[in-house]
Amino acid sequence: MSSIKFWISAAVVLAALVGMAFSGANEYVFFAGFVVLQFVVLASAWNILGGYAGYVNFGVPAFVATGAYAGLVVFKALGAPLLVQILMGALMSGLLGLMVGMLTLRLRGIFFSIATVAVIFILETVVLNWRFVGGATGLQLARPEPSFGFETYTRMLFAVMAVMAVVAVGISRYLQYSHIGQGLRALRDSEEAAECSGVPTLKLKLIACTISGALLGAGGAPMPMYLSFIEPASSFNLSYAVSTLAMPIIGGIGHWAGPVIGALLLASLQQIVTVTISSELNVLVVGVLLVLFVVIAPEGILGLVKSWKRSSK
Amino acid sequence: METILEVSGVRKNFGGFTALSDVSLAVAGGERLGLIGPNGSGKTTLINCISGALLNDAGSIRFDGQEVSRKTAHERTRLGIARSFQIPRPFRSMSVLENLMVPLAYVGGISGNRARTESMEILSHMGLAAKAQTLSSQLSQVELRKMELARAMAARPKLLISDEAMAGLAGTEVDEVLKILFELNGQGITIIMIEHIMQAVMSFSQRVVCLDAGRIICEGTPETVVGNPEVQRAYLGD
Repeated sequence: MSSIKFWISAAVVLAALVGMAFSGANEYVFFAGFVVLQFVVLASAWNILGGYAGYVNFGVPAFVATGAYAGLVVFKALGAPLLVQILMGALMSGLLGLMVGMLTLRLRGIFFSIATVAVIFILETVVLNWRFVGGATGLQLARPEPSFGFETYTRMLFAVMAVMAVVAVGISRYLQYSHIGQGLRALRDSEEAAECSGVPTLKLKLIACTISGALLGAGGAPMPMYLSFIEPASSFNLSYAVSTLAMPIIGGIGHWAGPVIGALLLASLQQIVTVTISSELNVLVVGVLLVLFVVIAPEGILGLVKSWKRSSK
Repeated sequence: METILEVSGVRKNFGGFTALSDVSLAVAGGERLGLIGPNGSGKTTLINCISGALLNDAGSIRFDGQEVSRKTAHERTRLGIARSFQIPRPFRSMSVLENLMVPLAYVGGISGNRARTESMEILSHMGLAAKAQTLSSQLSQVELRKMELARAMAARPKLLISDEAMAGLAGTEVDEVLKILFELNGQGITIIMIEHIMQAVMSFSQRVVCLDAGRIICEGTPETVVGNPEVQRAYLGD
């Protein structure tokens, strides 16, 4: 897909989503749609490091919660509006990403992944002992009036998340086709050979970690406003890690469209299962699909499409 | 000829083990140097220190008039030190052509059609043009070796270090790779060849250096080195 085609399609999708937020559609559509779009952001963000560079980040909850709590802090302390909360969330989790990126100096493969899990528990402990953000019991929040002429706050959040999804996918796509993406792919295949081909591997890994982290945090930042409530157990929930990892794998890792397909499919399915069957079962759905895809189609839906195209030629 | 690479007093320890102790070596521009020594003598450690994969603990490495021993590997590549790997390390998810486009982008700063044309030129020199679109993970051993050399060449090196580029190849394949290395040298590229295949080292090198237990025990023309009693002892024992 050419860049012009991509951006035209993105603009059309965005216009449709924002237009929807002004329509008479049921409020629940936006409540559920927010989550689906949020996962498009998270999965695309994760793919920048996990898919392009091959560094599997299990610490997604740490980034999402950093974004959420950073947003909460500027809201509680300064009464900052939603956009400032999101920028603050992106900034703080971008910094966290940079720090996690330093780990890649010494840790590769599974050891890096284990270290990212540790980050979750370190940050959760900090929040549990931080009175200002509500500690273990959490905080109830009063949402301000919606801006930009939206009827309800949930509708506004849905539209904001739609913009963020387009931005995240745009960044992820840009990175894939840029020199950065080429270098990340090289270092994923062999860091030694990449260095000897002139690729500044550490710099690229730090860039990927920072951008990925910032987008994960931006995706998490609206959570306190979305729920009117925040507490550590759900903010640092490991199911974020599982879902965010499962979506790119199911969609197809290493290509910008993979996480988008995976997130739309899996997050929608989860929302449907939550409503029609039970909220417990939606975790099971992710697990079963992940196992199935890893075993049967390790290259995800994109891989299946590619091999189907090849065999039908 | 001017000295292009000057290694002096280089030492490298791994914990309590001394892999290189006080190694000094000068290579002239355009020279063909053979580096030999028994397994574990420190050949690969030495070239890892030269290419920047490892940092030496003491001593200095000067390349093209510059001290490089504290520079990262990619900075050294950009200065003109390229290498192939003992165990080939292709970018497996990329085609042969795409493999070459990485150094072209990151060292030469060129991409798109210009990079594609230049990659194809290098590949034709190596006899790999027909494989340009093949996924590098599907290449045969000799093709992989050639691709590693081609990728090194795409970084436009002044010095090429070939780390056992012929290991595991059949007789005629050894000759093919040897011919490529001669051609590259003919273009003015200095070449350090690490090799266990003596027939290749003997015919290729103008000068041979023999390492044993992290020290240079002998250097000279191929004939004098092979005839040296210390070298024979290092390889065959007492």
